[in-house]
Amino acid sequence: MKKVLIIGATSAIAISTSRLLAVRGSQMFLVGRNEVSLRASKDDLLVRGADKVGYVSMDLNETQRHGECLNEAIAFLGALDIVLIAHGTLSDQQACEASVELTLGEIKTNALSTVSLLTLLANLLENQGSGVLAVISSVAGDRGRGSNYVYGSAKAMVDAFLSGLRNRLSKKGVQVLTIKPGFVDTPMTAELAKGILWADPDTIAKGILLGIDKGRNIVYLPFFWRYIMLIIKFVPEFVFKRLSL
Amino acid sequence: MTKKYQSWGMYPKVEQDDICLTDRYQNLPADCPSMLPFGNGRSYGDSCLNADGLVVDTRYLNNFISFDSALGLLRCEAGLLLSEILELVVPQGWFLPVTPGTKYVTVGGAIANDVHGKNHHVAGTFGCHVKRFELLRSDGERLCCSPTEHVDFFAATIGGLGLTGMIVWAEFQLQRITSSDMDMECIKYDSLEDFFLLSAESDLDYEYSMAWVDCTAKGSKLGRGHFLRGNHANTGGLQATEQAFSLSVPVVPPVSLVNSLTLRVFNTLYYERQRQSSVKNTSHYESFFYPLDWVLRMNRIYGPNGFQQYQCVIPRQQSEDAIREILTAISFSGMGSFLAVLKVCGDIDSPGLMSFPKCGTTLALDFSNNSSKTAALFKVLDEILIAAEGRLYPAKDAHMSGELFKSCYPNWGEVCRLKDPNFSSSFWRRVMQE
Ligand SMILES: Cc1cc2nc3c(=O)[nH]c(=O)nc-3n(C[C@H](O)[C@H](O)[C@H](O)COP(=O)(O)OP(=O)(O)OC[C@H]3O[C@@H](n4cnc5c(N)ncnc54)[C@H](O)[C@@H]3O)c2cc1C
Ligand SMILES: NC(=O)c1ccc[n+]([C@@H]2O[C@H](COP(=O)([O-])OP(=O)(O)OC[C@H]3O[C@@H](n4cnc5c(N)ncnc54)[C@H](OP(=O)(O)O)[C@@H]3O)[C@@H](O)[C@H]2O)c1
Repeated sequence: MKKVLIIGATSAIAISTSRLLAVRGSQMFLVGRNEVSLRASKDDLLVRGADKVGYVSMDLNETQRHGECLNEAIAFLGALDIVLIAHGTLSDQQACEASVELTLGEIKTNALSTVSLLTLLANLLENQGSGVLAVISSVAGDRGRGSNYVYGSAKAMVDAFLSGLRNRLSKKGVQVLTIKPGFVDTPMTAELAKGILWADPDTIAKGILLGIDKGRNIVYLPFFWRYIMLIIKFVPEFVFKRLSL
Repeated sequence: MTKKYQSWGMYPKVEQDDICLTDRYQNLPADCPSMLPFGNGRSYGDSCLNADGLVVDTRYLNNFISFDSALGLLRCEAGLLLSEILELVVPQGWFLPVTPGTKYVTVGGAIANDVHGKNHHVAGTFGCHVKRFELLRSDGERLCCSPTEHVDFFAATIGGLGLTGMIVWAEFQLQRITSSDMDMECIKYDSLEDFFLLSAESDLDYEYSMAWVDCTAKGSKLGRGHFLRGNHANTGGLQATEQAFSLSVPVVPPVSLVNSLTLRVFNTLYYERQRQSSVKNTSHYESFFYPLDWVLRMNRIYGPNGFQQYQCVIPRQQSEDAIREILTAISFSGMGSFLAVLKVCGDIDSPGLMSFPKCGTTLALDFSNNSSKTAALFKVLDEILIAAEGRLYPAKDAHMSGELFKSCYPNWGEVCRLKDPNFSSSFWRRVMQE
């Protein structure tokens, strides 16, 4: 029976993933900022087979509360076998361009809050000598694009941070999994027009669990994004800068 | 995003706004004069559409709330799909009380259309098994409805086509099973009389029955088909799903793949595929209840113009004659679908005011949408139906006149009275001639 901590637990991708973990009879602790949704998820996960479920509600940008939050999780679960970090916001690029405050706020939500959590979690898992740190980044982190570089650069920071952590923690029996979804149909992307490249959160959730079960380092979800991003990364900068992406 | 919110028949095509509710404590948008809950779009016509208005997508309202596995009492949010419920409850020895021919419908949609299944003759409609639900009105009021609380809203919402408010969660009774397998028998029969004889005989001993009909057969072969009957098996495991894999029709082909030639070929092959007059076997419930679900997006085969389903029910006394007339008209038209369905419904009353089924026989089949020909045929069929005092199923309808609707559903006035003033649908405006 795995002990699972889910941060950003009300994200559609996190919900799908936690349901799969509930079916496996996991013990779970949820962190998010929408208390009523967390309560609804708790009941849902218990019905689906979770062994026990606890939650705490907090704004993850209040980084000073992260320590307290992790203590609560450990008090409830006893240990941490799997940690999934899933919160994020799809930044309004144009609004960010007009506001330093907004830009830094987005960087905080999508990068700094995660860095704060990872700093604490890395030490916990390192001491424990086991566990999985699974973090949802994005294909957007692979290369900054004009239409989306505030979000993209935040995810790029998370990627680099995770790569460093993996390098450090792989020697300590800790798996660090970087999850890079492409387009996913969730509340975050409700406003965007959907096409054939879009996946649903259940598909992503299955990929996340497979990545965890197989001890992977980096997963692109669905898999074809690895090749799409390979091409995008390959385009020379002098060409790339002229494209409207 | 107008494309995403289509009905199953992909007809009519409408422009509408959409929003998603993300938790069950949220209220509906204030000051929106025309909204309609959207389940999973498995209704065929325009009853799940709201042209120039708003559809309120319920897909994220998909949490279980509680499940009493000793009593088989389930409470869940209204956007949960029946497929997800089956995954939870089948391994624990429970099954849906009533299921339509696809498991990809939501609980809210199942209540709003008061769906029926192959066991109508013994179990009635889905609404017969609903114990309680919460109804959210556009003014923020939340009504807990049951046979003893807000009784009028309870009755008006079951089969209420989503017009009385949004069902937020519902509680309903499941049925016990000891196996996920079905003992089934498929009998090849060759005339309409035989269908009625088989039904009368089967409905005493079999919980489930229906027939696939060859809608291209004429004359003495009219109404021939395969009669399917079955019961939940007593032995075998409790497996939630049978197959992990499914196919999907990836794109809408430029023209309909259904035409008079493919129809005749398919129907004949389908009819002849079984050599023996009767085949008994035991199979997983999925192949018994949801033979079409493994091809996802099957609705695309009708091409860009989409299709319409014609589903009617004819009262018992007039059943045989009227169904014969209807099948004759269809077979002569050369139109129709790969699979037409016939089923005898029982006399169990639904609590719903505008429930479709009634004691008699229901026939359902799809038609490619080539406007004038389809419309002309439907006119002929409607006349037969009116003479036989039958009615059409709003969940499948895109054509019935307001006059016909009002005469078939005499309780419409009461539903009108309890309708949420800010709710509406394309279907409702059509039949109310607004
Ligand atoms: C292959 C196939 C086989 C079928 N077989 C059968 C069958 O055997 N028997 C049968 O009865 N039907 C059958 N149907 C029709 C289907 O069961 C119904 O149309 C069902 O209501 C669709 O549910 P949905 O969740 O897709 O809802 P939608 O089609 O999206 O909506 C249906 C109605 O429910 C309302 N609604 C949805 N959610 C809510 C809510 N939360 N609160 C209030 N109102 C709501 C909508 O406003 C709309 O009026 C079949 C359909 C298909 C595609
Ligand atoms: N959807 C995509 O196309 C896509 C693609 C690649 C990567 N991703 C990543 O996938 C992850 C999950 O996103 P999703 O698609 O599942 O979208 P989602 O359903 O909108 O989830 C995002 C979640 O983050 C939470 N959140 C945001 N800011 C927060 C804060 N300050 N404190 C606490 N919680 C906060 C939101 O909480 P509320 O519900 O309370 O607002 C929401 O539950 C994100 O990291 C996202 O960047 C998504």
